[in-house]
Amino acid sequence: MVDCIVTVKGVPDFREGKVHFKEDNTLNRGETPTVLNPSDRIALMAALEIKVKHGGKVTVVSMGPLGYKTVLQEALEVYGDDAYLFSDRQMGGADTLATAYTLGMGMKKIGLPDIVISGFKTADGETGQTGPQTAWLLDYPIITHVISIEVDTGNRKVLARRLAGEDIEEIESPLPCYIITDPNFEASYRSATHRLRFLKLQEETRARAATIDSVFKAWNATELGLDPKKIGLKGSPTIVNKVEAIPTAPRERTAKVISGKDDQALAEVAKQIAQAIRG
Amino acid sequence: MEKFEAVVVGAGIAGLAAAYELARNGVQVLVLERGKSPGQKNVTGGILYGQSDSPYNLDYLFPDFAKTAPVERRITKSFMHNIAGDQVKTVDTTPLHEYKTKWAYSLLRGAFDRWFGDQVHKAAEKNGGGVLCNVRVKGPLMENGRIVGVLCEELDEIRADLIIAADGATSDLTRAAGLRGWGRPDTWFQGVKVVVKMPTADIEKQFGVKGDEGTAHLFAGDVFGGTRGGGFLYTNKDTLSIGTVFHLDSVAAKKTEPHRHLDRLIKHPIVANMLGGKYEELEYSAKLIPDGKKMALRSPYRDNLLAIGDAAGQMKAAGPIIKGMNLGVTSGILAAQAYLKAKKDNRLNEAGSNYASALQASYVGRELFNSGGGFMKGIFSFGPTKAIAEWGAVNTGMGMNRAIAGMNDYALASIAPDDDFTYLTLPVRIAQKMGQKVSAQAATPKTRTTDERIAALTYDTDIGREHIQLTDSSVNASGRAVMTCPVSASDSSRGCYRIETVVDPSGKEVTKVVLDTQPCVECGTCALMAATTWHTPRGGKGVGYQYG
Ligand SMILES: Cc1cc2nc3c(=O)[nH]c(=O)nc-3n(C[C@@H](O)[C@H](O)[C@H](O)COP(=O)(O)OP(=O)(O)OC[C@H]3O[C@@H](n4cnc5c(N)ncnc54)[C@H](O)[C@@H]3O)c2cc1C
Ligand SMILES: Cc1cc2nc3c(=O)[nH]c(=O)nc-3n(C[C@H](O)[C@H](O)[C@H](O)COP(=O)(O)OP(=O)(O)OC[C@H]3O[C@@H](n4cnc5c(N)ncnc54)[C@H](O)[C@@H]3O)c2cc1C
Ligand code: SF4
Repeated sequence: MVDCIVTVKGVPDFREGKVHFKEDNTLNRGETPTVLNPSDRIALMAALEIKVKHGGKVTVVSMGPLGYKTVLQEALEVYGDDAYLFSDRQMGGADTLATAYTLGMGMKKIGLPDIVISGFKTADGETGQTGPQTAWLLDYPIITHVISIEVDTGNRKVLARRLAGEDIEEIESPLPCYIITDPNFEASYRSATHRLRFLKLQEETRARAATIDSVFKAWNATELGLDPKKIGLKGSPTIVNKVEAIPTAPRERTAKVISGKDDQALAEVAKQIAQAIRG
Repeated sequence: MEKFEAVVVGAGIAGLAAAYELARNGVQVLVLERGKSPGQKNVTGGILYGQSDSPYNLDYLFPDFAKTAPVERRITKSFMHNIAGDQVKTVDTTPLHEYKTKWAYSLLRGAFDRWFGDQVHKAAEKNGGGVLCNVRVKGPLMENGRIVGVLCEELDEIRADLIIAADGATSDLTRAAGLRGWGRPDTWFQGVKVVVKMPTADIEKQFGVKGDEGTAHLFAGDVFGGTRGGGFLYTNKDTLSIGTVFHLDSVAAKKTEPHRHLDRLIKHPIVANMLGGKYEELEYSAKLIPDGKKMALRSPYRDNLLAIGDAAGQMKAAGPIIKGMNLGVTSGILAAQAYLKAKKDNRLNEAGSNYASALQASYVGRELFNSGGGFMKGIFSFGPTKAIAEWGAVNTGMGMNRAIAGMNDYALASIAPDDDFTYLTLPVRIAQKMGQKVSAQAATPKTRTTDERIAALTYDTDIGREHIQLTDSSVNASGRAVMTCPVSASDSSRGCYRIETVVDPSGKEVTKVVLDTQPCVECGTCALMAATTWHTPRGGKGVGYQYG
């Protein structure tokens, strides 16, 4: 049995058609739906692989507004036995250090697992610091950029392969340990029994996700016993000086839009291309 | 090493029937399917028959399948359209359709097999088994010269007491186990099909059906440019299945691309009028069909590997009626029961021989092995030679009514020789002598081009891992694939096979066959028509049908 905790965050859905920007090119958060951070989906798949192969429990945690319950629901669709949301007004404006402190304290209250897994980085903040800082706080050895995991339960060890630039390194760590999955992480199931268990667990977790309440808990700062000086804006030493929009490159050519789906429109396109080639 | 009591390879209709019978009798059964879901790879015309001369039909497994399974329509009427140019003589072949038929339903394999797969998975889960998709079986696992399990591409080797090869016409497993080879072009049919959208109300109006009723329309004559074979149109709930089935050797000899026959059928006034001026093609598909007369394995087992369905060549063409699915269901049930008996008798290694004898004793054996033999003579007053002679009378203008009556004679239909007389002369003569001119009442359907058909299909391409390799690219060795591949065409820019003339480094012009497997629909045709090494793609890769 190997127990895992997976950290997940909600991020704006940056996919085309979903994301909305304001006139000044900043994100329109009101219009843009919040979804599960894509990297965290991969972290969850790693936890599911461990669960399939060794049993145990997968707990999903997140810090964020109460609305993140839908994010946890999305996470549970991938896998989760239960889900915790650390939510409090005071936690707002947290930088990675304050986030790590909150997550770490929450994990201690839940009960520390054999393995904590975080995503590579978020689609919005993108610092990739939250995982390592939480590991530091828990005093767990950490393996980052993990593309595959094997757990040796007898010897209480983890053997991970990590992508170090162009190279693949094999790293051994004692349990408990902290793992950051790489976007290239891939679960491997070469046994039919494992694949059947995967299907079963997937079916069960989808049912849990649909009726999340029985496995969902939200804790505020008091319930978590957090030091108010270490959370939210107050607990965040990072100072954001200024946020600048990336300037768009000046247009060098004028584009002409030819619309329509019929042959005539296509002929017009062909004509324009031919002209452009001829110069 | 992993061990399951039984492993069934292929979640087609035959494999699922076997697995369900095993699972509900307490056997731990694992089904391995290379598609992303059961049915994703499968194509049929579509009529599933229940035989009145056998208890082992789909309703043996699911008594109320008609209510719970996604079948399309109960086929209550059948017509044969004999075509000579625009002269058509339509014969009501309902009696032939009803011969030893308990029930008949049209279906589409995408939805049907997925439903069947769910039922099997639920039943198998109870004994620690289930259905696993995205797994391709490469061949048998051997130990001391005996088959003891299976080798898969995506999984480590698996042992089993019973292995069922239900991997269809292109069966990798029966070939690797040495049960059969690819045969010859004349041992196969090639089927090509489109699923066409038609609102239920239009189907009711155009085909005169109500509620769950449906009709089958069959086509023969000169609409196929002399190629030996025929066409079909079956009504579904809100779609039509329209297709053609030809002897593969004839397709090759006539040098006409298979889809052109299908297009000509769709555009013929008799079909165009049924379509009523509307034509919305949803999906194009193709597949090889074994000619059971020549392909059916008399001893379809080796050790505890039992072959069922198309994998064992179990397909019966009774004239225009194609029976493959029901044979697969029955042989699946028989194979499962043969194993259960062997287990009960404590003689596990007798599963294969039990199965072979049960098969022989069932209608499957009768249909496949005894056509034209003593069985026929015993039941019908005339022997095959006499029957053919009577049919021959048509040629001299006599015996026309006799010939039409013959169309409803299952025994005659079963023994009709695979020659031009049956496929061409007879229907054309009937149409000429007794038919009426059919004129177009509706606009000619605009069929899709091969490029459009490929573009409308869904593929998950296994980049860099081609499942077919050309071993000889000379036109002599592989040129026939260009014409016969259902997704290659002279006017296609993206088909599988092409003949190209290139200038080699020495400046010499060479004409050779080139292959692009991306648009391949995995029908198996080019395994016979070109020099290739052919196997199915990896699990989850390749074409994925929605309707099938
Ligand atoms: C406009 C803007 C302003 C910002 N201002 C500041 C600022 O002033 N100071 C500052 O330090 N940061 C700031 N941030 C970043 C900060 O708010 C981070 O979003 C947050 O601390 C998490 O860091 P991250 O998004 O970089 O996550 P990463 O470190 O990239 O996340 C890695 C992994 O950690 C886990 N994780 C991250 N956040 C959570 C969470 N809330 N709950 C559970 N798991 C989590 C997930 O598994 C995730 O995949 C700002 C971000 C933006 C977009
Ligand atoms: C155009 C056409 C019209 C037809 N009309 C009729 C009709 O009207 N009535 C009728 O009864 N029959 C008809 N048939 C025949 C009928 O479709 C077949 O006989 C029937 O589908 C055979 O079923 P099966 O389960 O044996 O094989 P299939 O349905 O082919 O199933 C084989 C399964 O095995 C899987 N598989 C293959 N290789 C591997 C591998 N290596 N590893 C794992 N899995 C693998 C496949 O993906 C597939 O799911 C028609 C066929 C065609 C093509
Ligand atoms: S390439 Fe071969 S197997 Fe593929 S569709 Fe063409 S003929 Fe069939």
